[in-house]
Amino acid sequence: MSHKVFIPIGPYHPLQEEPEFFRLYVEGEKVVDIDIVIGYMHRGIEQLSETKHFDQVAFLVERICGICSTSHPFAYVNAMDDLTKVEVPERALYIRTIIAELERIHSHLLWLGLAGHFIGYNTVWMWSWKYREPVLDIFELISGNRNHYAMMKPGGVRRDIKDQDIPKIKKCVDDLVPVLDMFKGAVMDDPVIQARTKGVGVLTKHQAIAYSVVGPTARASGIKADIRKDHPYGAYDRVDWNVITQEDGDVFSKLIVRVLEMLESVKIIRQCLDKMPKGSIDANLKDIPEGEGIGHIEAPRGECFHYVKSDGTNRPIRHKIRAPSYMNVASNKVSAVGGTISDAAITLAAVDPCYCCTERTAVIDRSKDKKIMDGWDLIKLSQEKTKKMQEARQGNE
Amino acid sequence: MDNLKEIKKRLGKKALNTKEHSEKRIYFDIDKKDIVEVAKLLFKEMGLRFATATGVDTPKGIEIIYHFADDKEGKLINIRVLIEDKKKPEIDSIAKFMKAAEWIEREIWELLGVNFIGHPDLRHLLLIDDWPKEDFPLRHDQDHDHNKEGKHK
Repeated sequence: MSHKVFIPIGPYHPLQEEPEFFRLYVEGEKVVDIDIVIGYMHRGIEQLSETKHFDQVAFLVERICGICSTSHPFAYVNAMDDLTKVEVPERALYIRTIIAELERIHSHLLWLGLAGHFIGYNTVWMWSWKYREPVLDIFELISGNRNHYAMMKPGGVRRDIKDQDIPKIKKCVDDLVPVLDMFKGAVMDDPVIQARTKGVGVLTKHQAIAYSVVGPTARASGIKADIRKDHPYGAYDRVDWNVITQEDGDVFSKLIVRVLEMLESVKIIRQCLDKMPKGSIDANLKDIPEGEGIGHIEAPRGECFHYVKSDGTNRPIRHKIRAPSYMNVASNKVSAVGGTISDAAITLAAVDPCYCCTERTAVIDRSKDKKIMDGWDLIKLSQEKTKKMQEARQGNE
Repeated sequence: MDNLKEIKKRLGKKALNTKEHSEKRIYFDIDKKDIVEVAKLLFKEMGLRFATATGVDTPKGIEIIYHFADDKEGKLINIRVLIEDKKKPEIDSIAKFMKAAEWIEREIWELLGVNFIGHPDLRHLLLIDDWPKEDFPLRHDQDHDHNKEGKHK
C-alpha cells in the first residue's frame, strides 16, 4: 500500500511510570507493525545502588515507581533476606503482605479508571479513583505517607501496624467489596464495554510464553502463574486465596483478571489482619556477608525481580533490577498488530505500562512527515467509537 | 524435586560447578560455548520461564547469570557463564530463539559491552543512540567522567 503511515506514541509524560515510545505503522485503520523504544527515563538506578549502603538502597528502589512503590523494596528485601539467610520475624512477614496487597488494590483501581477513561467511560474513571482514595488514607494511617511508605527493610519492616488501626483497615477493605462487585457487574454486563474490549489486543498463550510475560498479562492469557503462589514469600502461603486466570488473552480478560484479583486481595488482607501474631518486627541485621541473593515478588503488574551481590562491605557490588513491564511491554509487538488505530490506545494500555504516554501521541503521514493527529485525538477517536456504539444500541432499542 | 533432578541429569558434565544457595535458588556454572544448548533445554524442552539475565563486571571477567524460573516447583535455576576476555567480550545470543531475551541482551550489550553473536536487533535500549562508543556504564575498570575534555564527542 502506498499510503503507509506511522503513529508515534510517547515518550514523555510526567505521570508515566516507565516512559516508552511506540511507533505504530498503520495501513488505513489497521496497525501493521509496531516498534517500541524505551529508555527515555533511564536513571541509572542499578549503578546508583552500588554507591549506597544496604539500608539506603531500600529507599532508593522505592523511588523507581511512584504507583506501586512498595514492589521494588519488597523484592529487594527478599533478595537481602535470601543473601543473609536471616529469619524474618513472623509479624513482619504479615505486615509486608498487607502493605503489598493494599498497594495492589490501589494500583488496579488506578488502572481501571484510566482504562475506563480511554474507552470513553469517564464515570468509571471518576468512580474508581474516588474509591481508591480511602486506600491511600489507610496508607497514611499506617506509614504517614499516601505513597512511598518506606515500610520495607532488610530483615523486617520499619513500622508496626498499631492495634487501634486494625479496625479502620478492616472497615476500609470491607467497604471496598460492594464497590468491586459493582465494578464487576458493570464491566461484565455492559455490552459496549464488551464490544470495545472482547477480542481486542489478543495475546495468545503461546505468544505469552514466548515473550515470558508476567502478572495479569500472563494470567489473562490462560497461564496460571503467580509468584505469590508459585514461589511463596511473605505470608502468602499462610492464607487462603485463589489465582485468577482467564483464557482469552484480550483486553476484556485483562480487565476481569484485575477486578477479580482485587477481591482476592481483600481476602488476603482480612486473613492477615486476623492471623498476624504479636512480637518483634525486625531481625536487626548487622553485617551483610559476602554472597548473592535473589528476590522476586508479584507486583501489581507482574513479577518484579532483584538480584543483589555483596562482597562483604556495606554496599552492593551489583544490583540488578527487572520491572514487570520490561517483559510485558515487549509483548505489545504482537498484541497490537492486526488491530485498528482506535483500539491501539486500550491495547497498549491493557498491560498497564502506565499509559499516560498515549496522551502525547501524534499521527504522522510518513510520506510528508506531517503531523495529522496528536495524543488527545487518539483518545478522542477511541471515545467516539464507544459513543457511536452506545448510540447504535439506543437506536435499536 | 523432579525437575531439578532432570536438569542436573541433562546438564551432566556441562555443569562445571553447582551451588545450592537454598532449596529455591540453584546456581549452575557452565562454559559460555554451551549457553545456547542449555537455554534451549531449559526454555524449550523443560518449559521454564525466562525471568531475566544479570551482567556482572568482576575482576575475573564479565559474568552473565541467566535466571530461569521454574513456576511449577517454585525454584530459580540460575545459569552462570564467565566471559574472561574483557577487551572483546563475546557470547552466543539466545535471543535468536527466545524473544523474551531480546531486550536484556541489548541492555547487557550497551551497559557492559558484551557482544551477543547472532542477536537479531542489537541496538541501544536504554541509552541514547549517540552514547560514546566503548564507554560501558556498568564496567568498573573504566573512567565514566564525560565532562573531561574530548571524552564526549
